Amino acid sequence: MSTKNWPLWEVFVRSKNGLEHRHFGSLHAADAEMALENARDVYTRRNEGISIWVVESKNITASNPEHNGEMFEPAQDKVYRHPTFYELPDEVKYM
Amino acid sequence: MSEEQITRPNVPLGTGVENLEAQFEERIARDEKIEPKDWMPEKYRQTHIRQMSQHAHSEIVGMLPEGNWITRAPSLRRKVALLAKVQDEAGHGLYLYSACETLGISRDELYEQLHSGKAKYSSIFNYPTVTWADMGAIGWLVDGAAIINQVPLCNTSFGPYARAMVRVCKEESFHQRQGYEIMIKLANGTPEQKDMAQDALNRWWWPSLMMLGPTDAESVHTEQSMKWKLKRKSNDELRQQFVDQTVPQADLIGLTIPDPDLKWNEERGSYDFGAIDWDEFWQVVKGHGPMNKERMKARVDAWEGGAWVRDAAMAHAAKNAERKEKEAV
Repeated sequence: MSTKNWPLWEVFVRSKNGLEHRHFGSLHAADAEMALENARDVYTRRNEGISIWVVESKNITASNPEHNGEMFEPAQDKVYRHPTFYELPDEVKYM
Repeated sequence: MSEEQITRPNVPLGTGVENLEAQFEERIARDEKIEPKDWMPEKYRQTHIRQMSQHAHSEIVGMLPEGNWITRAPSLRRKVALLAKVQDEAGHGLYLYSACETLGISRDELYEQLHSGKAKYSSIFNYPTVTWADMGAIGWLVDGAAIINQVPLCNTSFGPYARAMVRVCKEESFHQRQGYEIMIKLANGTPEQKDMAQDALNRWWWPSLMMLGPTDAESVHTEQSMKWKLKRKSNDELRQQFVDQTVPQADLIGLTIPDPDLKWNEERGSYDFGAIDWDEFWQVVKGHGPMNKERMKARVDAWEGGAWVRDAAMAHAAKNAERKEKEAV
């Protein structure tokens, strides 16, 4: 029986030029090359992509949703970062 | 991965679990999605692992009855279509296993649960595929029933499951069409071919109705599953939908649904249909179907027979990494 399991990889696919790579899912593979080939077979059987990135899942550092308060709260009271904060005379149509 | 290694977000101090559960249920009621690292009740996690893994196992075991006919498909056109369908099922199993793993269970544990019989898969795959017409009946009826089950899951509350289901549903509709096309061809063929199609319909009709799950009165998980949006309609509603949509398709190609009690009910605007043999259903669920043992044996043999390949791939990867490291020095 296998002693060592194939590691987990995250798969990102660019569906066409001009669009960003988007997370499609994950899969198991022995190395990066196999991860790319498996990603092609699992996630792009119908021309869903023209470029694939694979990243071993353990290399991703994720924020903890339990800490979303302190993480994202600082942006919440900064309404002046949005254009609607500023008052314009009605005569100005486009700005 | 052992139970201890599963990283769970810390429960904020001073917050009772009951309070957290109430907030959690409110989020789902507001149609918010739950993502893997979010706090969730243990029961939510376990229910999702059970349902998603059952779903993944069904895709994987579901390849076996059809794989049986790939080499004997009657034409190249049918062969490439069936092959593509079976490849899709492998893909669907893999999407679902990955989504399930985000809940902190490893792929190995999931396989172990399938191979030991602890986890279930859809009982319909425990019936044999004895003629080519079975490929038609499976695509038309089994995939038809699966689609009815799966479409509402595209909006389920657990993000990774919903996303996997969107992809599955997009790909699944070709499966049903290729099956129905096989049935059309046979139904319009020689008398022997038409008999073959009718025989397949006779054998697959009732198991397909059972596939939509026990009656509402017997279904133990329905209420909770509705709340978590793992279910949008009850089993009986889904079954009625399946009957109503399938009967006209059988009429159209001159095949007869094997149910003497089937009758259009003007008042309900639906078909009434005969009683389902639930004893048969439970027998098959408990492992006494015609093919339970063969299916599990084929699955376990494939996994064990492939162990050396998995090991070799890891050894090759390690060697390559070592070589690269040496070159870099």
